[in-house]
Amino acid sequence: MATLATVLRKPAAETARPLPGIGSGWIGTAVLVVAVAAVLGPFAWILTASFKYQIAIYSGEWPFAPTLSNYAEVLFGRRSDFSGNVVNSLIVASVSTALVLIVGSLAAYSLQRFRWPAWVSATFLGWTLIFHMIPVMTLIGPWYVAFRELGLYDTRFALILTHVTINLPMTVWLMRAFFREVPREIEEAAVVDGCRPFQAFYKVTLPLVVPGLIAAGILAFIFSWNEFPVALSLTSRELATVPVAIARFAQQYEIQHSQMAAASIIATVPALILMALGQRFIVRGLTLGAVK
Amino acid sequence: MDLLNRHFRHWSLIPAVALFVLLTLYPVANLFRMSVSTIAFSEGREVWTFTPLANLALLRADEVIAPAVLNTVIFVVVAVALEILLGLALAILVAGVARGKGLVRTVMILPILVPPVAIGSMWKLLYNYDFGIFNQALTALGLPPVNWLGSTSLALWSVIAVDVWHWVPFVFLILFAAVEALPVEVLEAARVDGATRWQLVRRVMLPLLKPAIVVALVFRTILAFKVFDEVYLLTSGGPGTSTELVTLHLYKVFFEQNQLGYGALLSLALIAAIVAFLLVGARAMCAARA
Repeated sequence: MATLATVLRKPAAETARPLPGIGSGWIGTAVLVVAVAAVLGPFAWILTASFKYQIAIYSGEWPFAPTLSNYAEVLFGRRSDFSGNVVNSLIVASVSTALVLIVGSLAAYSLQRFRWPAWVSATFLGWTLIFHMIPVMTLIGPWYVAFRELGLYDTRFALILTHVTINLPMTVWLMRAFFREVPREIEEAAVVDGCRPFQAFYKVTLPLVVPGLIAAGILAFIFSWNEFPVALSLTSRELATVPVAIARFAQQYEIQHSQMAAASIIATVPALILMALGQRFIVRGLTLGAVK
Repeated sequence: MDLLNRHFRHWSLIPAVALFVLLTLYPVANLFRMSVSTIAFSEGREVWTFTPLANLALLRADEVIAPAVLNTVIFVVVAVALEILLGLALAILVAGVARGKGLVRTVMILPILVPPVAIGSMWKLLYNYDFGIFNQALTALGLPPVNWLGSTSLALWSVIAVDVWHWVPFVFLILFAAVEALPVEVLEAARVDGATRWQLVRRVMLPLLKPAIVVALVFRTILAFKVFDEVYLLTSGGPGTSTELVTLHLYKVFFEQNQLGYGALLSLALIAAIVAFLLVGARAMCAARA
């Protein structure tokens, strides 16, 4: 996710000047329009499906009479656990995000500021990289075994621990990049003024990397909210998260297609909100990082 | 508070290290122990038996693993190749446009942030035989509907198409950032020297973009190996074994067949394969930089 982080940290609107010599105006514009339509089209189709009665989806009639009944049924229906799933997802995602920010920024700061022997930081960072690239499915088996042994199977605590672990590599790498931009002199001045090491970190450096914390927090929240295989394997019906609930929709014998569409739309809402709020912070993160 | 300060240097790294040791290193070590054991549950307790050869026998008797490996290789190679090609073409063509770049970035971030499970369920609806948008379009054109996910010859390609839709934007964003960072003077100079548009792309831009392309390639390959959510939603590996992938099979071994020992053996093999690929990939990246 380090690459995703660099992509996200690019300012959204920069040079208006087109590169010379490639794609004369209208070809490029046409391609751009087609690409945007290809990405948005499926979302638009599902969005309309979520406002249709099941029968209108089957008949494909157009125009159709819009209805909110799918959302009402999914969120408040007597046979639906979905609102409980949303609560579970919110709890797991918020707590694991808070924890990963604490653990991750402490580790990133430590590796960046203190003179650890080279092998310590190399081993730590190397292992985070390798772990990030291994399919998480390979570790779910041993997690399942260990959590059952400890009596933690099917608890939010276990799910939160695994989500913190999964998001830790991204957080450490991103926060390290932000800490690197804070000049050492600022802290040294604080220490001269009588700050202890932890105070210098907490009161001086941390406020300077708030944009980084927001960017990392948004990504961690979204990944935790989206995470599927671990939640599927380590929780039962009671503690299922939103993705698990959507998968259950798709596996019912008679699929409620319109409700499945509504649930999928609801599942994408947090990502949209956070992204809408976040892009600004991620852009500001770049400019604020340049404290001289 | 004084304690916090005194040993800050040491304890600041401890939570992260502890988490990694307990939740990644220990489980990997445990995989070795599991892979030579049979684990059963009786009355809520785990019963481990040391059966070093039983899991190897299970591997030999496993008829799904070969198609799963083959499908995974096809999936990774075809999907990643298409994503790089389309993403690159898109990045180069869109770079010539003066307006709308901010919009395109926002839109392209969307598929990356939406839950993969929601993308799976979306495309399950789009591919639906009776009322999905593709079959609606075919019927409107007077053509017979196609069983996108239910036919053994087509299902894998339908799944690959979803992955391409999902990840072309990611490749595009990486390569678009690289295209934007290209030195304008060099491109201008080439054009003044009379390079055609194709020569400009082929001889000037592609060599300059090579490092970014390799980065996108390595990242996408690793992520493609990890694919699980969408395919679980779309086909769960079916029909038959036509879309069975290694990760899906691993899930089934662990949690549907309850073969924890054999699953551990497969996990170890998969980790070994990934690490081997990483070493090769790292070498390729270094070569591209040089």
